[in-house]
Amino acid sequence: MRSTSLTQLRYSLGRILPVVILTIYAIIALFPIVMIIMNSFKARKAIFGAPFQFPTSETFSLIGYETVTERASFHLYFLNSAIVTFAALVLTLLIGAMAAFALAEYDFPGNALTALYLSIGIMIPIRLGTVGILRLMVDLSLVNTLLGLILIYVAQSLPMTIFILSQFMRQVPKDLKDAARIDGASEYHIFGMVLPLVRPALGAIGIFTMIPIWNDLWFPLIIAPSTKTATVTLGVQQFLGQWVSDWNAVLSSLTLAMIPILLLYIVFSRQMIRSITAGAIK
Amino acid sequence: MQASKRRSRIPTHVLVFLAPAILLYTIFMVMPLINSLRLSFFELGPQNQQTFAGLQNYIRLFSDSNFAPFFWRALRNNFVFFAVHMLVQNPIGLMLAALLAEGGALRSFFRTVIFMPTVLSVVIIGFIWQLILNPLWGVAEGMLDAVGLGAWFGPWLGKPETALVTVSLISVWQFVGIPMILFYAALIGIPDELTEAARVDGATAWDTFWRIKFPLILPTVGIVGVLTFVGNFNAFDLIYTMKGANAGPDFATDIMGTLFYRTFFGQQLQLGNPTMGATVAAMMFLIILTGVLLYMFLWARRVQTYDL
Repeated sequence: MRSTSLTQLRYSLGRILPVVILTIYAIIALFPIVMIIMNSFKARKAIFGAPFQFPTSETFSLIGYETVTERASFHLYFLNSAIVTFAALVLTLLIGAMAAFALAEYDFPGNALTALYLSIGIMIPIRLGTVGILRLMVDLSLVNTLLGLILIYVAQSLPMTIFILSQFMRQVPKDLKDAARIDGASEYHIFGMVLPLVRPALGAIGIFTMIPIWNDLWFPLIIAPSTKTATVTLGVQQFLGQWVSDWNAVLSSLTLAMIPILLLYIVFSRQMIRSITAGAIK
Repeated sequence: MQASKRRSRIPTHVLVFLAPAILLYTIFMVMPLINSLRLSFFELGPQNQQTFAGLQNYIRLFSDSNFAPFFWRALRNNFVFFAVHMLVQNPIGLMLAALLAEGGALRSFFRTVIFMPTVLSVVIIGFIWQLILNPLWGVAEGMLDAVGLGAWFGPWLGKPETALVTVSLISVWQFVGIPMILFYAALIGIPDELTEAARVDGATAWDTFWRIKFPLILPTVGIVGVLTFVGNFNAFDLIYTMKGANAGPDFATDIMGTLFYRTFFGQQLQLGNPTMGATVAAMMFLIILTGVLLYMFLWARRVQTYDL
């Protein structure tokens, strides 16, 4: 009798404890982010007087957002980040898919060597070549241009994209391609046929390519530091450097910079996490 | 002759498919990397002319009083940064993954929330924590007070003894989602039959985890380790955001990334030096290469990969 209640206790503890630990950790992960967003909608007095309270009708204020929209060119930063990220993403997916298709589909001399050559880029961070990259950008007059950033990000994202995509392309059934070949389809047509079949992989890789590009500080700081080409990450970094004492402005600009990526994450998180776990189970 | 014969064996469409990727990758990544490494063996004259200097730059980096103390400190700090991630981030990531893999209704909610900081920019994370830890705002102190640890609070980011560990822990907080998700993926890939037998024999969940599951996910442990090691050398953004290029207080948070930036671009009193910057980058390259090779030959070869 006694031992069954003990087992029961152990059993229910074993069910509750994981949830308790995960809840505590989820709070640790969320609370700094929530603190910033919550306080960005409050008047200065309330930010300091009652930091843990949600904004009420008395403490609610958008003064920070007004300062930010007046003083910082946030719309320009967002536009720059969007252009760079989108262009780099499209180019990476297209060029990467082409190379992945070649590596997965054809048995040509040097296939393994090409794959190895490309995979070096997975392990070695591109930043180590910064001295050389800056010189190249100066020679090509691509300093302070968005194109310069785009080209660097495509080069940076290609190795991983090709590595993952070629694994997915190997799984496309051979019969399908052979049937098309018999019907006289060119190899380019077959590529166009395979591409939609690996769409889920393209989506997942797309998100994982985008996030580091959108978030990068290093290359905007070194290659394109001008106010005209500043991305959100660089813009926030420089804006906050000047406005450290204006808490309303600091909190609102952080919130503004976070919101797009958080929304994107909340919408796509399921696919994103599923794609990692699916790759591992396979 | 040889070349043309080879070429004729690669069909045109294969070249068309491969050329854009190979060209972009070579021009914007591989060549600059090689050029940077090459530049570490040169010196720049007053008219910017390059002269071959052999290993002179490396000797300066290791022994010149303008460089050596900074280099050794940055290297040591980088290893502390790495150690904190290995000892705190990866075990916590493993624990969270093990708890998530047990199942439960809220699993996907927890997964999403815990991974959330990882997708944000390091710049944002750096500023967020600067505000949270700011004694002026008092949020961190208030939180600690609430659990009775208020006396512990101090200006952690401002003190040389605590700044580096504090910054490392902030990075751990942000990136714990990566080991978590990789371990999680490996754990849910283990077929139930393998743990079922142990459960029938009355083994506790703790025993089942360490005796059966953990040995099975050792390959992932190695991958997480090597990713942590390489990622370490990209940690420039956080330090630059929170502590500036001078990695204060008193260079206490200086790591290889910030040292590289300062050496290359200069700082208030010192002019930038591209060749010495290239030398610092070359050292980072060598360290990363050593780490990756050690992983490949000492770990990946010995650890058995089970086909599940």
